Amino acid sequence: MPVSPLPLEIRDVSKSFADRRALDGVSLDLRPSEILGLLGPNGAGKTTLVRSVAGRVIPEKGTVRVLGFDATDDRARAVRGWVPQEIALYALLSPRENLWTFGRYQGLTGAALDRSIDESLAWVGLADRADDKTDKLSGGMKRRLNIAAGTVHGPKVLLLDEPTVGVDPQSRERIYAMIGELKRRGVSLLYTTHYMEEAERLCDRIAIIDHGRIIASGTKDELVRQTVGARQAVTIDAAAEIPAALAGKLAALGAQRDGLQVRVSVQDPAEAIRNLLELFHAERIPVRDLTLKTPTLEQVFLQLTGRELRE
Amino acid sequence: MSLILAVAKNRVLNLRRDRAAFVLAFVLPVAFFTIFAGIFAGAGRAATRQIALVVVDEDQSDASKRFVAGLKAEAGLSVGLKPGREDDPAGPLYTAAEAEHVVRKGDVSAALIIPKGFGEKAIAFGPGADRVALRLLADSADPIAPQVVNGLVQKVAMTSMPASLARTGMAEVDRWSGGLTPEQKTRMEAAIGEIDKPRGDGTAAPAPRGGGGLVAVETKDVVGEKKRNPTVTFYAAGLGVMFLLFSAAGAGGALIEEAESGTLDRILSTRASMTKLLLGKLLYLAGIGIAQLTLMFVWGAVLFGLELWNHIPGFLIMTVATALAASAFGLMLASVCRSRMQLVALSNLSILLMSALGGSLFPRFLMSERLQKIGLITLNAWALDGFQKIFWRDEPVWAIWPQVTVLVGLGVAFFLVARRLAERWEAA
Repeated sequence: MPVSPLPLEIRDVSKSFADRRALDGVSLDLRPSEILGLLGPNGAGKTTLVRSVAGRVIPEKGTVRVLGFDATDDRARAVRGWVPQEIALYALLSPRENLWTFGRYQGLTGAALDRSIDESLAWVGLADRADDKTDKLSGGMKRRLNIAAGTVHGPKVLLLDEPTVGVDPQSRERIYAMIGELKRRGVSLLYTTHYMEEAERLCDRIAIIDHGRIIASGTKDELVRQTVGARQAVTIDAAAEIPAALAGKLAALGAQRDGLQVRVSVQDPAEAIRNLLELFHAERIPVRDLTLKTPTLEQVFLQLTGRELRE
Repeated sequence: MSLILAVAKNRVLNLRRDRAAFVLAFVLPVAFFTIFAGIFAGAGRAATRQIALVVVDEDQSDASKRFVAGLKAEAGLSVGLKPGREDDPAGPLYTAAEAEHVVRKGDVSAALIIPKGFGEKAIAFGPGADRVALRLLADSADPIAPQVVNGLVQKVAMTSMPASLARTGMAEVDRWSGGLTPEQKTRMEAAIGEIDKPRGDGTAAPAPRGGGGLVAVETKDVVGEKKRNPTVTFYAAGLGVMFLLFSAAGAGGALIEEAESGTLDRILSTRASMTKLLLGKLLYLAGIGIAQLTLMFVWGAVLFGLELWNHIPGFLIMTVATALAASAFGLMLASVCRSRMQLVALSNLSILLMSALGGSLFPRFLMSERLQKIGLITLNAWALDGFQKIFWRDEPVWAIWPQVTVLVGLGVAFFLVARRLAERWEAA
């Protein structure tokens, strides 16, 4: 039985601009109906990778295949959608005219095009503004229309490049809902974002890119396990000076002390917290605050790249 | 006050960084001054205009031959006597019909026919006197040439035919003074014979003071005699082509806006290739251009009596060819430029320069021969020549094939250059 091609297969892709190496042997797969998050600091190679999948950058080495077709092949163009980071629309045209334009450029005609435009307008909630000028729409509406322009032809693979930049929380929720619906329809999505919580919430898997290389990929839990580990952090703030006897017992549990604050990495938080509180209780040292923290993607990113995501 | 100075300084800083604005402010005016001074002031004596004149000497008398020699010696005229090479002694001379044909075609500004009997009765004093009139065949598209030729004809009549002048004067004295004695007549004839002897240097005697109206000249418009408004054709075509270029360059700028907004990137990720995109834009620009020129000519027809309705096929062919060339030129400019400001500067400079040299602002036939030749590098010149052939000279449609060929060729060449330059926007 023949194996059907993956929505996206990136194999050993390298690309340089002048003397700068933008991509350095990148390999990545996007699976059917999956949302793959692409995270990386500025200048890490995210945009070059997305543009090479969009057929706008030709790699010097390696291959980019969209459902088995080369990224520059017309068959790849037909099944691929691209939502660029910029609002790449005609400001003087209406939403309907913009969708007509990009639908036609993707080869749709006649009744199929009309139907697709109407469905897209309803899907992004712009049916009642369909004939207004696009530059009269709010920022959130333009963002939604920008997504619709990339999906009007019903792509199987969609590239979303920071689709929620500069969008208010309410519009962002709406965009999340639209992305969820695309996934339910069976669309596979490559999603770049600067918002860690967005990646955690939306993406099935996450790939972290830095200096043109994929340095880690997997589900959030896998990434956490591979990097900072599965241990959680317990922090206790004492309300009084910690005596030497207690300090010795805490050190034996692997705790680090900084004045009145004690931090300890734990495998089983319930048991560890009970033990710690018993020690404080035995020495009659009151506890002012206690927190339990699960490792975040932010910590994973920091550990892998040495930089904050927004740097 | 300090705030006002701060605002001014801010603008100076901006101007220094904005090269296109700098060019518009300083380089463009100087460039235009130089170009226009060159065209209108002739850029020195060597470049001033000579009027091309065909002369047909049907009289072949001594007086008419001296008259023709005098015309040839005039610096302001470029006299042609033969359809072939002038220096071929066996070459046939122009006939009156051939002379009229070359004026109609616009090859020369005017033709002068010297009829039989001119040598006998060339000069007369006063209106209605008995004399043989010269026939000046003119093209009223060029209203200056016949006037200049007429003036020079009077001058040459005085300088090259002093004997005729003196004899006519003697006849007048004889008529009005009660009659000269035979002895007086003999002495005067002897003196006139001395005047008539050829001068050592072969040129006509210097022009006496005063004069004018000695030789009768009948001017006939062989091209525009039935035209209602000779300048309308020129302005409809001239301004039409110039504004066509401006609007094509402006609309071509949409390509730059698409590149700046990211829309071009998005389009090129779809099934629309760069070639299809540029061809689509060319189709649009040419369509707009055809509509613009049609509007201009229909307006000219309705308001100024431009004869559009009986020249429809020629008009359509010229309009399509011109719109195609202008549209491709606009696309090429847009492909060269990196920003809207650059496009504004470059299109203003190139289009006004082409319009000035190509005759959109000032008729080419009034320019020096050198500038007329230089003007042929512009599409304006070819477009205007084609429209003039159709509307002014009433030439058949096939006669515009050189203009149409050049315009279509330019259109194709401009498009290919635009396509090549647009590669920078393609996947890299």
